Amino acid sequence: MEQNSNGIMVLAEVRGGAIHPVTREMVAWGRKLAGQFSRPVTCVIIGIDPDDPEDLIRYGADRVLSVNPGFTGNSPATPTAGLFVDVIREERPAIVIAPATTSGRTLMPIAAARLNTGLTADCTDLAIDPKDGLLLQTRPAIGGNVMATIKTPNTLPQMATVRPRSIRPLQPDSARRGQVLVKTYEMPDSWPEQLLSFIRDERKEINLEEAEIVVTGGKGMKTKENFALLEDLAAALGAGLGATRAAVEAGWAPFTRQVGLTGKTVAPKVYIAAGVSGKIQHLAGMITSETIIAVNEDPEAQMVKVADLAVIGDAPAVVEKLTKALIHLKNKRKGGA
Amino acid sequence: MNVIVFIKQVPGTTNVRMDPATGAMLRDPSDTVLNPLDEHAITEAAKIKDGQPGTVVTALTMGPPSAVKALQEACARGADQGVLLSHKAFAGSDTIATSRALAAAVRKLGPVDLILAGEKSIDGETGQVGPMTAAMLELPAVTFVRRLNLEGGRIRVQRLVEDGVEELAVTLPALVTVVRDINNPPLPSLRRYVMAKKMTFPVWGPEELGLKETDTGLKASPTRVVKVFSPKFARSTAIFRADGEAGLDASVQAVIDLLRTKEILKKGGA
Ligand SMILES: Cc1cc2nc3c(=O)[nH]c(=O)nc-3n(C[C@H](O)[C@H](O)[C@H](O)COP(=O)(O)OP(=O)(O)OC[C@H]3O[C@@H](n4cnc5c(N)ncnc54)[C@H](O)[C@@H]3O)c2cc1C
Ligand SMILES: Cc1cc2nc3c(=O)[nH]c(=O)nc-3n(C[C@H](O)[C@H](O)[C@H](O)COP(=O)(O)OP(=O)(O)OC[C@H]3O[C@@H](n4cnc5c(N)ncnc54)[C@H](O)[C@@H]3O)c2cc1C
Repeated sequence: MEQNSNGIMVLAEVRGGAIHPVTREMVAWGRKLAGQFSRPVTCVIIGIDPDDPEDLIRYGADRVLSVNPGFTGNSPATPTAGLFVDVIREERPAIVIAPATTSGRTLMPIAAARLNTGLTADCTDLAIDPKDGLLLQTRPAIGGNVMATIKTPNTLPQMATVRPRSIRPLQPDSARRGQVLVKTYEMPDSWPEQLLSFIRDERKEINLEEAEIVVTGGKGMKTKENFALLEDLAAALGAGLGATRAAVEAGWAPFTRQVGLTGKTVAPKVYIAAGVSGKIQHLAGMITSETIIAVNEDPEAQMVKVADLAVIGDAPAVVEKLTKALIHLKNKRKGGA
Repeated sequence: MNVIVFIKQVPGTTNVRMDPATGAMLRDPSDTVLNPLDEHAITEAAKIKDGQPGTVVTALTMGPPSAVKALQEACARGADQGVLLSHKAFAGSDTIATSRALAAAVRKLGPVDLILAGEKSIDGETGQVGPMTAAMLELPAVTFVRRLNLEGGRIRVQRLVEDGVEELAVTLPALVTVVRDINNPPLPSLRRYVMAKKMTFPVWGPEELGLKETDTGLKASPTRVVKVFSPKFARSTAIFRADGEAGLDASVQAVIDLLRTKEILKKGGA
């Protein structure tokens, strides 16, 4: 191992020409790992000229390194990963983390393969082993059925992608000072991949995977009309709407809403499951949620057992009542202010 | 065209039960299936072959000898041939070591135009094998693909990303990982199954791949699993009974209080 490489590098999530807020979460992980070791946390931004790089310093970075490819326009994975590898080689960090997004999950494996080092996927927890100073990377696998803690003992850097919402951003501190650096490369402008267009998903509905709160309905909602009550609840909460496979098969929701082994994986702050039994294939997609609320008529249902709070009763009735109460609260707040 | 499809045999999920005490998944070790996304990858290869007669589709897997089952399944679904990478030296491979073996096999198979893989497996779930292998072969890694069209020596693809769909043109050769959206795998005919069951496949080890045994398996894996544990599923549950009007009101209030604690709702008055 190299003696001088003790820094922690965090890859910024660039989306739509701007830095995505998940980057602040990654910086928070960096700070947490830097802990007592006073290791520098460097946030690397590739391909855009950020409006406010100091933002990341206020959120905990020591250095913000903005990497300019030397050409304009959107850079596809190959040149972006190439720049990323160059920066890692120059900076020689001990640890590199990136969010487990489509971008992070593409760039990190390319970089790890080129650097011939280990990469742990989709971690929900990171820590430093006090015994040897190595990174302990913990992740769910096999549909959430096992948790594995993984180390990269013999190669550097130790690399991990980290699940969004696995940590809260730090409180911004306007007094924090750090360095903002810009590196410009002269990358050629021709690559095997050429970006032709980007069609933004303009649907107003909330992206399930990114929602802070998810409301999911199962067979216990009984009818399509009852299932629609969940839309009102989701709207009142600003929540993403999910469904079990049984609900999708009943035609109450499209497949894009299915949560579980063969659907989406979500890990919101709060997961509300109404009329959901909690079969293992469903749990696989949501068990790492921070708080789980179950509404079920059966106190023995698996979903009730995994919940932090369970309401035993008729799901449609509870959902309707809860929605009314929330709307009432909202109106009161509006009226009062 | 030469198309290679990476396939992985994974534990079946149809007869899973959960150990109520430990929360561990109990399953039958002989119950294995082709990784679901790999069915989509094979189906896409078969579609390309339909449009481009003369295309050869090769299914490639690294796994135990029993993984021939996955190769047969792939051939029933449209692959022309298969190769099994199997040797005790491959045991304990992480994604780097897996990718190194797959990359060596691709090189041995000769010039390739397109490699298709699943975006991720349902057991390891890393989604790393595709892009890592691409990097080792110095090919572009085109991930999360939901549409693929061949246009001469290029492909035009749509990538499904968080906030929309990205359209790219990619010069071949390239490696593409597919998501479920890309197609609906049809059920193969019985005739194809019967035919595939009779097929045999070459088995390659480190020697055939020109790799030293120390370049494979656990020895060549930079990551180490240091601990595996069952997540604690059961939480201590606060139970509220929504019996009668009063019970319903109290239950709804309890939910609202919890949402406030979690800062989903503003604290205090509203
Ligand atoms: C390979 C495979 C993959 C799968 N993938 C997925 C997946 O990705 N996602 C997924 O969700 N499932 C998946 N499944 C299906 C899964 O096993 C379950 O069948 C499914 O999750 C059950 O959905 P459910 O909870 O809505 O229905 P049920 O299991 O029928 O449960 C209904 C629940 O509602 C309760 N209930 C009934 N009436 C009321 C009422 N009036 N008020 C309150 N509660 C009530 C019942 O007590 C029960 O707990 C998969 C299965 C397999 C084999
Ligand atoms: C609990 C647990 C956690 C793990 N965590 C990590 C980790 O964080 N990092 C790490 O490096 N390794 C990890 N591993 C090891 C990893 O699962 C294996 O290396 C596995 O062989 C490949 O990874 P995957 O299943 O995640 O494949 P993925 O990358 O998810 O598979 C994507 C696609 O790659 C292709 N593919 C994958 N494996 C093969 C194969 N054997 N043959 C042919 N094609 C294949 C298929 O097309 C598949 O659809 C873990 C293993 C376990 C048991």
